[in-house]
Amino acid sequence: MWDYTDKVMDHFRNPKNVGFIKDPDGVGEVGSMACGDALRLMFKLDEQGRIVDVKFQTFGCGSAIATSSALTEMIMGKTLEEAEKYTNQDIVDYLGGLPDQKIHCSVMGREALEAAIENYRNGTVGQRKLEGRVVCVCFGVTENTIREVVRQNGLKTAEEVTNFTKAGGGCGGCVPEIEQIIAEVRSESELRSGGEQQESEKNAESGKPSGMTNLQKMKLIVKTIEEDIIPELRKHGGDLELVDIFGNKVLVELKGACTDCGMTRFTLQTIVEHKLKEKVSADLEVMEA
Amino acid sequence: MDKIVYLDNNATTAVAPEVFEAMKPFLTFRYGNPSSIHSFGGKVRTDVDRARGQVAALLGALPEEIVFTGCGSESDNTAIMAALELAGPLKRHLVTTKVEHEAVIQVGHWLTDKGYEVTEVGVDSRGALDLDELASAIREDTALVSVMWANNETGVLYPVEKIAEMVREKGAFFHTDAVQVAGKMPVDLSRVPVDFLALSGHKLHAPKGVGVLYVRKEINLPPLLHGGHQEDGRRAGTENVAGIIGLGAAAELAMSDMEEVAARERRLRDKLESGIVAGCKDVRINGADRLPNTLNVSFEYVEGESILLMLDDLGICASSGSACTSGSLDPSHVLQAMNVPHSAAHGSIRFSLSRYTTDEEIDYVIEHMPAIINRLRKISPFVPFE
Repeated sequence: MWDYTDKVMDHFRNPKNVGFIKDPDGVGEVGSMACGDALRLMFKLDEQGRIVDVKFQTFGCGSAIATSSALTEMIMGKTLEEAEKYTNQDIVDYLGGLPDQKIHCSVMGREALEAAIENYRNGTVGQRKLEGRVVCVCFGVTENTIREVVRQNGLKTAEEVTNFTKAGGGCGGCVPEIEQIIAEVRSESELRSGGEQQESEKNAESGKPSGMTNLQKMKLIVKTIEEDIIPELRKHGGDLELVDIFGNKVLVELKGACTDCGMTRFTLQTIVEHKLKEKVSADLEVMEA
Repeated sequence: MDKIVYLDNNATTAVAPEVFEAMKPFLTFRYGNPSSIHSFGGKVRTDVDRARGQVAALLGALPEEIVFTGCGSESDNTAIMAALELAGPLKRHLVTTKVEHEAVIQVGHWLTDKGYEVTEVGVDSRGALDLDELASAIREDTALVSVMWANNETGVLYPVEKIAEMVREKGAFFHTDAVQVAGKMPVDLSRVPVDFLALSGHKLHAPKGVGVLYVRKEINLPPLLHGGHQEDGRRAGTENVAGIIGLGAAAELAMSDMEEVAARERRLRDKLESGIVAGCKDVRINGADRLPNTLNVSFEYVEGESILLMLDDLGICASSGSACTSGSLDPSHVLQAMNVPHSAAHGSIRFSLSRYTTDEEIDYVIEHMPAIINRLRKISPFVPFE
């Protein structure tokens, strides 16, 4: 039994702003059915740039629904500049607290908001933009995200990182790596050397092989899919088939549980594309057949 | 909360009134220690032994084959450790299944870390084992095969009679976790050659804190708990007398009307199942060939904890294989082993009935379930918006 506050239970029982906006200005989607929670957030702006309408749809547990509802209440009537200042901790505080294992629900809310604002400003697909290397393949969490939560919230253990981002909570294979990231971030923050920029540049170029022939590249794509991607998908009942490779485009077909999933684009982006970019080449593009 | 509709009997059951009555003297004036020399304590030993006989009768076993423990998990742990010790240092392999209770699976993982080898045999989408695969997993160096009699999450029954014969032929020990079967279905160990069997009191209307390990009489059980001569030197620690008396009474109660209770549970379970299937679209039933009291159903597009919280508001108690209810992030290992898609595993609910479940209670759940599911599906991004 979770120890949910009355406010969490109230937002769960009577969620505010549930639904769909036909012609939204911004849409953000995070999570997936395979992960156990997913959120779609949409908003409409008035002439002054204030949020006049906001709606959400959430698949998830009681606190996932409650944090979504609370977030919509918090940002209604705000400008995007005001809304984007909210952190996941603000959502937690608004609800009077969340159990440790449910903090990731508030992170999901903030990420959906970010994605929706990004979608409004840049017309991106409205899904969370992943920057940097994917550390947790089970839940599609990048090194940058982990560094950010560790830094912002002063996290000390891998368990705390799991509570915030879900990273490490699936197969657990990345826990040692998370611990290493925590150690790095903590020593950086002690040094206060301001080396963040360098670090993100380093992430973008994480030792990819270059100067491959087309054949070598294709072979490496096949190997990465077979050895790194398919085993991860299978853990969650999913599967994938490589259909074709032309130029930098990799054509794949998602199978198994992935075909039931309403957010396959997310899987393609977080798992398939990022793994291929990491292991093969940054200019690869994954498309569904 | 006033109304309680308790449909979580695979988690725990109510103590039966007749069980409580039988226990009362041992919680009040008959508090003697059965190991004492004085007759005030010594008489209690007679009562403990009567309870041993009642449990033996439920299992078709001999009284001396019954060892009282603290819980089902202790019984599972004891059986596994004992089998490894008895099999000797050259047999360092165990065979079990992917759908066992944590009390077996986690022991297997722990043993793997200690250098043992564990083979976990998978199941098909109906939850059934492939007996040929199980047979081929047993090797010369296999110390123990452990297969549950019925699964706690889905109620799927396993052909323990056949498996026991097969394992015996291959020369390994055989243990079965019968926690979900004992008291619900007939068990006759005079006909089934199992070496160890675990049961738990609180699953059959006895109190929590008492379990049983059946040990075939030819086996000299090395204890897990050392430090006393209780249970014939097989389990140290002063007996949980009241609990043991309660378990004896519960065994007798279960035997007195087992067929009738099972038939009623089956009728009510089937009614609940068809009522839910008719009232809520896009559901799937997990597991075939089940215990009469268990229904594991997945509601597509919605998540289990949300369903449980809404059921809870109505006083309905059930459980879920969803990740969120456990505090882990992965859904139930049993449903994953059955290849239930994650989308359906996260939205799975287990209803488990008991001898006390009524038609009114089942009607109440059938009446309210569609509204709960529709409400959550209206919130879900995976349902096409109308």
